[in-house]
Order: sequence, then C-alpha cells, then structure tokens
Amino acid sequence: MTGRDAGRLSLILLMTPFALWIGLLILLPQIGIGYVSLREKVGFNQYEYGFANYAAFFGEPIYRNTLLRTAWISILVTILALIIGFPVAYYIAKVARQRSRAALFLMCLIPLWVSDLVRAYGWIVLLRETGVISTTLVSLGVIAQPVEMLYNDITVVMGLVYTVILFMIVPLVSTLQGMDDALLEAGYNLGGSRFTVFRRIVVPYAMPGIVSGCIITFMLAAGSYLTPILLGGKNSSWFTEQIYNQFITRYNWEAGATFGVLLLGFTSFVVWAGLRLTGQSLATTVAKE
Amino acid sequence: MRKLGNRLLGATALLLLAAAPAAHAETLRLLTWGSYAPDELVKKFEAENPDIKVEVTFSNNEEMIAKLRATGGTGYDLAQPSHDRIYAAQLEYNIYKPLDLSKINVDQMAPNLVDGVKQNTTIEGQVYAVPHQWGTSGIMANKKEAPDAKSWADLCDAKYKGRTSMRLRRTILLGTAFSMGMNPFDLYADTAAYKDMLDKVTEKLIACKDNLKTYWTGGDDLSALMLSGEVVLSETWDSTAFKLYSQNPDIVFVPPETGALAWIDTFAMPRGGEADDAAYKWINFVIRPENVKVMSASTGSLAAVPNAADLLPDDKKAAVQAAFTQADLDNLKFFANIPPGIEDMEGIALERIKAATN
Repeated sequence: MTGRDAGRLSLILLMTPFALWIGLLILLPQIGIGYVSLREKVGFNQYEYGFANYAAFFGEPIYRNTLLRTAWISILVTILALIIGFPVAYYIAKVARQRSRAALFLMCLIPLWVSDLVRAYGWIVLLRETGVISTTLVSLGVIAQPVEMLYNDITVVMGLVYTVILFMIVPLVSTLQGMDDALLEAGYNLGGSRFTVFRRIVVPYAMPGIVSGCIITFMLAAGSYLTPILLGGKNSSWFTEQIYNQFITRYNWEAGATFGVLLLGFTSFVVWAGLRLTGQSLATTVAKE
Repeated sequence: MRKLGNRLLGATALLLLAAAPAAHAETLRLLTWGSYAPDELVKKFEAENPDIKVEVTFSNNEEMIAKLRATGGTGYDLAQPSHDRIYAAQLEYNIYKPLDLSKINVDQMAPNLVDGVKQNTTIEGQVYAVPHQWGTSGIMANKKEAPDAKSWADLCDAKYKGRTSMRLRRTILLGTAFSMGMNPFDLYADTAAYKDMLDKVTEKLIACKDNLKTYWTGGDDLSALMLSGEVVLSETWDSTAFKLYSQNPDIVFVPPETGALAWIDTFAMPRGGEADDAAYKWINFVIRPENVKVMSASTGSLAAVPNAADLLPDDKKAAVQAAFTQADLDNLKFFANIPPGIEDMEGIALERIKAATN
C-alpha cells in the first residue's frame, strides 16, 4: 500500500515539471495567440471577434507568397541537409574507427556552441564584397572585380543548411549506430550490389532517424529569423519577419497572432503531407529495437 | 562530503544575508537607444547616488512601444521615445504617466525644443515628455565617389547602381515623398490622400530597389557598409554620419534639398514605473553641461540644451559645421505627431517594397 503511494507520488513529482512546462510555456501561450488572432480591431480600443484577420491574410498575395516561399526554401534546405548530412552520419557511425568517432561527433557539435547571430556574421565576413573570399579571389587574379556574394537566395539556403544540418546528423548517427554490421554482410553475401544494400537495408533501417531529422530541420528552418534576414538582405522575404513586422512595426498584434497560428498550422500540414507522401508515420520516429 | 555540503550551505546563507541590504537599493530601469547611456555617465550617476542602481535596456522606437504595450507600461522607469511617437501611443495603449515638470530643471533645456515637445505630447493639459537629444535624418555621401548628391532621389540614381543603401522604415517613405514634391505631414489628416501618396512612393521605391546594395538595419551595419566603401551614398541618421566623419573625412552628412527630417528623442515615464524620483534625478543629471559633453560624445547628436553645439567634442563640431548651413537649419522638417492608423498604412507599403522583386 505504502509502496504504491510512494510510486504514485514519485510519478506525480516526476511529471509535474513536464506538465508545468508544457502547460505554461507551450499550451497557454498558444491559446493566447489563438485568442488574439480572432480579435479584430475596429476602432480606438474597440474590438470585434471573427475571422477577419484570416480573411485579410488570404486576400493579400504578399503574405501568401511569403509563406509559400518560406515553406519551399525550408523544404529545399531539409533535402540538402539530408543529402549532405547522411554521408557524414554514415561515416561517423559506421566507417570511422571507434576511437575517432567521439572526436568527429564533437567536431560536428562545436559550431552549435556559438550563437546563430555570430555564425551568421561569420558568413557575412566571408561573403561580403570586401570580404575574405572576394578579396582573396581578386588578389589571386581569379576574378577582376570584387563580387557581392551576400543578399541572395543561394546564400540564405547555404546559411540555413549550415545552421540546421547538425539536427539532421545527430538523429541519423544514433539510429545508424544501432545497425548491426552483420545485416550489411548478409546483404552482400546474398548478392546485393552496394546500391541495393543501401536502398533495401541501410535506408529502411535509418528511416526513424531520417524522419525525425527531417521534421526537426524543416521546423527549425521555417521558424528561423536571423539567418534569412542577415544573409538575405534586401530580398529576404521570410514569414517570421512578417510576424515581427506586424507585432513591432505596425503594432498589429491581431494580424501578427494570426500569422503565428498560420505558420504553425501550415508547417504542421507540410510535415503531415511529407509523412503521407513517403508512407511514414510519426510512430516511425521511435527507433525499432 | 556532508561536512562540505553543510559548509557550502552556510556560506550561501551568509552570502544571501550580505546581499539582502543591497536589494533595498532603488533600481532605475532605463529603456533607451544604444549609446544614450554611456558607461561613464552611469558610473558617475551611481557614485553620486549610491542608493540607486542603473539598469539599461537598448531599444528603438517601435520596440519601446511594443514592450511597454505588452507589459501595460511596467518593467521600466524611464523611456526615451521620439517626440512624434508618444501622443497616439498614449491615447491608444495608455503606457505613460504625466511628468511633474516642477521636478525637472526645464529652464536648463532649450526653450524652443521644450515647447515643441510640449505641443506634441500634451494630453488633457498634462505634459508627457521633455526633450533630450535631437538630430536629423538625411543622406550621407562619400564625397570622393558621390560629390553631387543632394536629394533623397539621388539614392535611386542609376549613376550609383549597387552602391546605395537605406533603412526600410518610415523615414525613407517620408523623405521620398518630399523629394517627389509632396508634403506627407500635411496629408496626415487626410487618410485617402496619404494612401495615394504612399502608393506613389511605394512604386518609386520598388523601381529603386535594383539600385540598392541592401537595406541597412542598424548604425553598426551602416558604418561597415560606408567605411568599407561598398556603399557610397545612403539614407542615414546625422549622428552616424558625424561618427564616420572622424574616421574618414570624405564621408559627410548631406541635408537633402527638401530639408532634413528632424526628430527629438525625449524622456517619458512608463505608467508602471516604480522609481520616479530616481528617474527625475537621472534627467536632471544628464542635462548638466559637463555631462552633456559626455553624452553628446557618445550619441553624436545635439543635446536639447541652449548652447548644445559648443558642448560637442571637436571632431563632431567640425562634422556638424561641414554638414549644415544656416539655410539648412531653417529648412528642417520636424516630424509631426503620427495619427493612429498612419503607421499601419506605412507598414503595408514597406512590406510591398520588401517583397517586390524586379
């Protein structure tokens, strides 16, 4: 009897911080944002409730296009992060020797110790017209005039891939590490080519890592603010920037809240659609043992 | 191990006891612009008033209002919005409280600026702000590369393609409107006419976008662009230009021919401020002539005191003289109070410009 009570007590104690965190920091603010998004300002300190803010979003092509653009670039970033991250993860988990694994993994982690802002400025120092790369190329005689490499979509994509790739590599490494080498050997013994082994054994085994990596990467990219703004310059239209503008520059909290809800809804939809298209479900993200 | 734990506990308790009296000291929480609270002055103020601790948060006009609106005017004891951003924000969000002018040495401030700010910020007979620093927005040119620049419109001149910059905020909308022969301040009251003006300005700035290198977002950003020579002509605050003049005398502030846009940053008290006396002390402290000198060296702007130009450091004085003639000063266009709703329209215009591709 006492044992069960103690068990229950420890369960409650264990769950309380989690419940508080979810409730106070995630659920409550979301409900608040949802509430504000339904409020419409009709005059000086006068409000009505309805879906007018949502109608305004769909009526203005700038907002729609920015949201679609944000989603499209984020998907591109996710795919690139997967293509670049997979070989890295595979090397760390399977090819590298036991002793160097930890060191390699650490080398992937170190950039994360520096804040996003500093890393974005790092790119700026390298890529600006009077920056390191441009001046080096000029002094080597490769190009005649300094070139501006900042302020375009390619730079934004590159910067984002760099910022989020770690969140692709970590889940991939941990799933791939669980894979028994015997599986690969069996595949080769049965006459499989390298490609077949990769397609039929490695990829299905790594699927939980791929799915969770892609979801995290996509969400981070779509929700990022600093990297697209700093590297994109005059042509960086990013949806988070629209939200900032609504809240701060236009004092329009109602529209800002609406945009926030729409961003959450739309990115969730993209993740759902991605899972459906690839025949996966959220359950796959839990590694099979 | 346990012994060590006990000792640690004891030490922590002692520390807490020792720290407790310090918690009674008053804290002055300043919400202000970068460089408006130089360390030197903060330290001096704390030395003069040992029971007051100064906490500084750097911000800008839009964020100040957003922050105070979010907290209902609490969290800060003294804010420094520009004079045109107080009236509507106060009416709509009720974030400030009236000032007790008897506690401020108003007679030490420049009378014309005090009157100007009073006119802009009096609501129901009560004054909500007094002036602190003032300056202008205009254009900054590298004289070697762009010797003839004299108008807002020159930013869009194909001569300087890829070599100009601006901040995508309301200042450039107003400046461009002036350069197109319109007066936005006269149109404030007429929403339809203002909308019409904004449409024309938007069209012009979208066409201009290709000519720009990028939009700058802060003083440091702009300084790097100008000093590296990547940009030769830019919309700017005069203070930023004055700072650069001391590093490269080719970079000068040019008041546009239609008149530089003048702003006054003020002192205003958030409604939920808890250290009013400390705030009044700070206001009176920073307008003392010897402190004005330090402040102006840091901000690069003129203080709202009678002989402000004399209290500038030498390099800044030279920069001001290089920039303004008496005619330019007579031609200043002071920002008029922004009526509610105007900034929303401007916001849409700015978004259109930002999202446009050509």
